[in-house]
Amino acid sequence: MLYREAGQFKSTYLADSAIFPLRQDRIAMAVLLAIAFIVVPLTATPYLFSAILIPTLILALAAIGLNILTGYAGQLSLGSAAFMAVGAFASFNFILRVPGIPILVAFVGGGLCAAAIGIVFGLPSLRIRGFYLAVATLAAQFFIIWFLTKVGWVTNYNSSGVITAQPIVVFGYRFDAPAPKYLLVLSIVALMALAAKNMTRGNLGRKWMAIRDMDVAAEVIGIPQMKTKLLAFAVSSFYCGVAGALFAYAYLGTVEPEAYNLDLSFRILFMVIIGGAGTILGSFLGSAFIVLTPIVLNVTVGWLDASGLHVPASAGSNLEVIVFGVLIIFFLIVEPLGIARLWSIGKEKLRLWPFPH
Amino acid sequence: MTAARSIGGTILEVDAVSLAFGGVKALTEVSFDVREHEIRAIIGPNGAGKSSMLNVINGVYRPQRGTITFRGVPRHGVNPYDAASSGIARTFQNIALFKGMSVLDNIMTGRNLRMKASFLEQAIWIGRARREELDNRARVEAIIDFLEIQHIRRTPVGRLAYGLQKRVELARALAAEPALLLLDEPMAGMNVEEKQDMCRFILDVNAEFGTTIVLIEHDMGVVMDICDRIVVLDYGRKIGDGAADEIRGNQAVIDAYLGVAH
Ligand SMILES: Nc1ncnc2c1ncn2[C@@H]1O[C@H](COP(=O)(O)OP(=O)(O)O)[C@@H](O)[C@H]1O
Ligand SMILES: [Mg+2]
Repeated sequence: MLYREAGQFKSTYLADSAIFPLRQDRIAMAVLLAIAFIVVPLTATPYLFSAILIPTLILALAAIGLNILTGYAGQLSLGSAAFMAVGAFASFNFILRVPGIPILVAFVGGGLCAAAIGIVFGLPSLRIRGFYLAVATLAAQFFIIWFLTKVGWVTNYNSSGVITAQPIVVFGYRFDAPAPKYLLVLSIVALMALAAKNMTRGNLGRKWMAIRDMDVAAEVIGIPQMKTKLLAFAVSSFYCGVAGALFAYAYLGTVEPEAYNLDLSFRILFMVIIGGAGTILGSFLGSAFIVLTPIVLNVTVGWLDASGLHVPASAGSNLEVIVFGVLIIFFLIVEPLGIARLWSIGKEKLRLWPFPH
Repeated sequence: MTAARSIGGTILEVDAVSLAFGGVKALTEVSFDVREHEIRAIIGPNGAGKSSMLNVINGVYRPQRGTITFRGVPRHGVNPYDAASSGIARTFQNIALFKGMSVLDNIMTGRNLRMKASFLEQAIWIGRARREELDNRARVEAIIDFLEIQHIRRTPVGRLAYGLQKRVELARALAAEPALLLLDEPMAGMNVEEKQDMCRFILDVNAEFGTTIVLIEHDMGVVMDICDRIVVLDYGRKIGDGAADEIRGNQAVIDAYLGVAH
């Protein structure tokens, strides 16, 4: 009787359209936020912050961005990392060239630049779709990284190609230690995830999904295709851009084009596929999964090695490739809605438990 | 057996519309009018150009020649967005629902033109965004009650039986509160009971909301029963136009259509 909606009648459309209509879900979310904002900062180790929590959150933000574009609006993109790079380099240049600019404003500026570039590379989506659009976004991936590597001005003529990111200072406070950095990232990601949830549960989300499911029918009921698609590219790229800036400033500590290669684009795509296309929650699950799996595999291989079994050093990374490959195929074929869907099926079962009929 | 309602002046005028796809002439010099509040049928054998006619009216196809005058505004070719904004809604011959969305969400999309909140307002979800969501939800619930689909509100449309999908598509079109409703074979593929329900809904929509309806239908019994006037197309040309009795007695129509065994 733990997870029941019995007795919780929704008397208004307001209650019914809430993000978490069930009381249990609201409580669970409140507990989760309390843990994330209070318990974790007090207890986690620097390793946990820097190697797991911070990258998981930042990549979840990028996955939300891609999810808006691909999961909701149905436009496949292989260029997420490139839009992250635009956000990072634009932020770097704002901080470098605009004296006294608050760093958070620079991050927003980075996101807006990414949004503008996203609109430009979204234009082909008005003519081509599916596979061909994916190839066009692939071109964006290579072109943007090439541009950032070749045009000296954007890296301030740094010869090594790896720039040390400026420190994060907000209202005179320097975010150096892992815990404060984590809290900053968590706050930004939580706010933006809420905004994404709001956009996708209302009229805009329905317009995006309508375009995804059947664009002719969408236009016939008055959903303008061009505007709606380009808005998806803009919002998606904004999210990726801010994630890219955080990736450079709060995770890597450097701003470098190579960090935003095609490999990262694919990892973000895998997060969406494994976590669940068309869900905000799935973006977090997918990100945690992709960040944690290699770590878990490496630790396991380490244990096996230490316990006397001779395991070659490369086993961990090879296993990683195999595991991801199998999972991607599994989710694409068996459960296209990803872990988030498995989660909601589980909840559904729990709701009926112990009387399944 | 049409409901008691006053048929008004001309709301839609189709004037000498011609449409061709390469060498295929889908429509040739077709003209007819639709009066306010009436139920108008378009009939004809397969490939006669009926669906093409609806596609021209709501801007999916652009005719090579001819004019469509809707509510006094003459146009040579509109896009679907403008047609929707001017108050034309429709259903498709092959159901065109949004497969990945619930019944409720599908119907809510029908109201998108009435929701004006910007994406930033929606992101913050205060004021106008929230109010619009609730107001429009109330209107949609009224339509859900009207079409008796409360029980499937949360179901993804892909899982529904064919007849119910047709009903949801009608609900989505009605959600726009259109002045002109175009229905492309709303009863095709339905069993007798479902057909009766659909007939009742069409008559109720027409009677209660005063919606003008243009529908394509193959079942002659249905057409003769619920329609005020009938246009007959054959090979893209209009070969008959008038009330059910006139059509029954029209020799060209009998030859081309009624005489053909189905
Ligand atoms: N998009 C299209 N492209 C090419 N030919 C078309 C298209 N739509 C309709 N047609 C042709 O136009 C003619 C009329 O088709 P249609 O309007 O669908 O007829 P009906 O709805 O009366 O069965 C047919 O010959 C059909 O093949
Ligand atoms: Mg047809």
